[in-house]
Amino acid sequence: MTLFRQALLFTSSRLPFICGGCRTYSAQAGAVERVIPAFRTVSGDEGVSVGSAVREQHGRDESVHRCQPPDVVVFPRSVEEVSALAKICHHHQLPMIPFGTGTGLEGGVGALKGGVCFSLRKMDQVLDLHQEDFDVTVEPGVTRKGLNSYLRDTGLWFPVDPGADASLCGMAATSASGTNAVRYGTMRENVLNLEVVLADGTVLHTAGKGRRPRKTSAGYNLTNLFVGSEGTLGIITKTTLRLFGIPESMVSAVCSFPSVQSAVDSTVQVLQAGVPIARIEFLDDVMINACNRFNNLSYAVAPTLFLEFHGSSKSMEEQVSITEDITRDNGGSDFAWAEDEETRGRLWKARHDAWYAALALRPGCKAYSTDVCVPISRLPQIIVETKEDLIRNNITGPIAGHVGDGNFHCLIVLDPNDPDEVQRVHSFTERLARRALAMDGTCTGEHGIGLGKRALLREEVGPLAIEVMQGLKASLDPKNLMNPGKVL
Amino acid sequence: MSARVLVGVKRVIDYAVKIRVKPDHTGVVTDGVKHSMNPFCEIAVEEAVKLKEKKFVKEVVAVSCGPQQVQETIRTALAMGADRGIHVEVSGKDYETLGPLQVSKILAALAKKEQADLIILGKQAIDDDCNQTGQMTAALLDWPQGTFASEVNIEADMLKVVREVDGGLETIKIKLPAVVTADLRLNTPRYATLPNIMKAKKKKIANVKPADLGVDMSSRLEVLKNIEEADAGGAVQTNTEGLSSLVMEQTLRPVKSGSAPSPIQTRPM
Repeated sequence: MTLFRQALLFTSSRLPFICGGCRTYSAQAGAVERVIPAFRTVSGDEGVSVGSAVREQHGRDESVHRCQPPDVVVFPRSVEEVSALAKICHHHQLPMIPFGTGTGLEGGVGALKGGVCFSLRKMDQVLDLHQEDFDVTVEPGVTRKGLNSYLRDTGLWFPVDPGADASLCGMAATSASGTNAVRYGTMRENVLNLEVVLADGTVLHTAGKGRRPRKTSAGYNLTNLFVGSEGTLGIITKTTLRLFGIPESMVSAVCSFPSVQSAVDSTVQVLQAGVPIARIEFLDDVMINACNRFNNLSYAVAPTLFLEFHGSSKSMEEQVSITEDITRDNGGSDFAWAEDEETRGRLWKARHDAWYAALALRPGCKAYSTDVCVPISRLPQIIVETKEDLIRNNITGPIAGHVGDGNFHCLIVLDPNDPDEVQRVHSFTERLARRALAMDGTCTGEHGIGLGKRALLREEVGPLAIEVMQGLKASLDPKNLMNPGKVL
Repeated sequence: MSARVLVGVKRVIDYAVKIRVKPDHTGVVTDGVKHSMNPFCEIAVEEAVKLKEKKFVKEVVAVSCGPQQVQETIRTALAMGADRGIHVEVSGKDYETLGPLQVSKILAALAKKEQADLIILGKQAIDDDCNQTGQMTAALLDWPQGTFASEVNIEADMLKVVREVDGGLETIKIKLPAVVTADLRLNTPRYATLPNIMKAKKKKIANVKPADLGVDMSSRLEVLKNIEEADAGGAVQTNTEGLSSLVMEQTLRPVKSGSAPSPIQTRPM
């Protein structure tokens, strides 16, 4: 380790952001104005915007963090343009913030130090589909639903489903996950290769240009270094994804339980029984109540599991029957299931509308979603303690979770104009994150670190790991131009 | 019920593709451009398969007219649940001038030959927006028609069809055999699953020529020119009168078929 520390000391003179003292902002208004003509030469007049509406649009995402607009937004049309623009920014020391669809939940696109937002939506081609190899390469403007629509004739799909219709390269950047992760994995398992433009304009292929083997043990895993880097190491301009066959049959089911413990026990046993469950979603009684009120439904107001099975038509009935037995043994009741699409939609409507149902509990308020993940066996304890915390502090926070992964969200509904409530919610989320860390978990299962969880990251991985991360950051982006102020 | 349904499927440029007119203005660029089944035909296939699943219908036959490539479109219909396919071979000049008149004659001839009880088509194709084939087919066969269907129910030997019309919803009852054309809200078509696509490779597609059906393919129409839609441009109005006239002008402009739908953001979870 000492060699590494020596190397760090050597480079630390180029790491002003950890060397204490004040950090001068690199985006001066004058510098930005000087580069705009250069930007226009690269991307054309319509590829550069300083309009305040456009800048504000690119300074916010779907989190509660306030809008921090960049000084200018550029719209490159190709990786060559991204590289050329990055070289200009690098030369003039301008921060660069990549922007996909703006559907992030942790303030990752806020331009804290101004700078240049790279809006990648014009790069919207699906390239290189290889059906028999189950892989496809896409540009950052391609969204999850857009890709699945493109693939609809092939019988293939990309199952990672974070809810929003997000950019796939953005999903790679935030290591997104979703309701399907228990069966199909998260972005970490499903990105085969990336094309990334680094801070100095270099174009890097993390697994080698054009390579797409389903597995490899060649060298350091650069691809997964960039997955989850949230724009702080480079701009992702292509991602090669692992595709899956659309399953022959999908069956949905719902079941209520007398307690959180019995719901989680059922989940563990279903997984142990080898049932190829694709989604197991948990909604607590507060959430079910909200859904009943929002949609005029009549679910039993109790901890509830929403399940979805994927597989061959013949095996469906057997899977459902195994699962029904397990839930019954754990005290579950009102087990209902359906195979046709319309009834499945009705069964799952509560889960689909959970966000809106939560918002409807207190009209006029905003919603904020927490995101912790713990080993599945600790889930009952953390949910029970969290619910007690919510009640003690008078916070509205229905719970929905991907219980198959041990990941759950409190959809906190709060009045942003009530400073006391905002403070209480803030303290609550810190306590929740620390509670998860104390149970061998993580402070963010899916949403990323972004702006608000940097201190928690330090607590989670420890100062040594942070130093390693900072060393990697310094090696790839010594001037700290890539999305400064995020993650580290 | 032992009904046989004929479903027409058309191979068109994919709805998400940006259409470009050829430099010589004789048509649009199709080489190397992604093609797929017309979205309204997907809805028609889905409805036919649903009727079979509900046991109202015994067999679903997918039909497409065109060159070799339309077999892909028929295979997609087979993967969605159609039982067999018929490929009516039309190529070259005949394919360039192929339109609702010729297709409806072909479908009418096939309906008689296959003894179909029901024909389900998409209400229109997204490339020509003609909205004529269903109506012409019904006229040629002298069959009743339920067009712009948003709901179809079989009651004994009658069909109850709810139609989407300008004034709202119109419910009609028509006798079988009949022609139905599918509108957007009739159903949500299933994605073809990979196992079903593999199984569909074993289903049969018969080849037929228009001459075998005694159909005259000559066209009464001649396309003179294709031109790009004029640049949309934008405009900024700062006073409200100007704004309302601008809104009126913009909303009354016809929507070009084949243009990509704008992305819709949904809530994260």
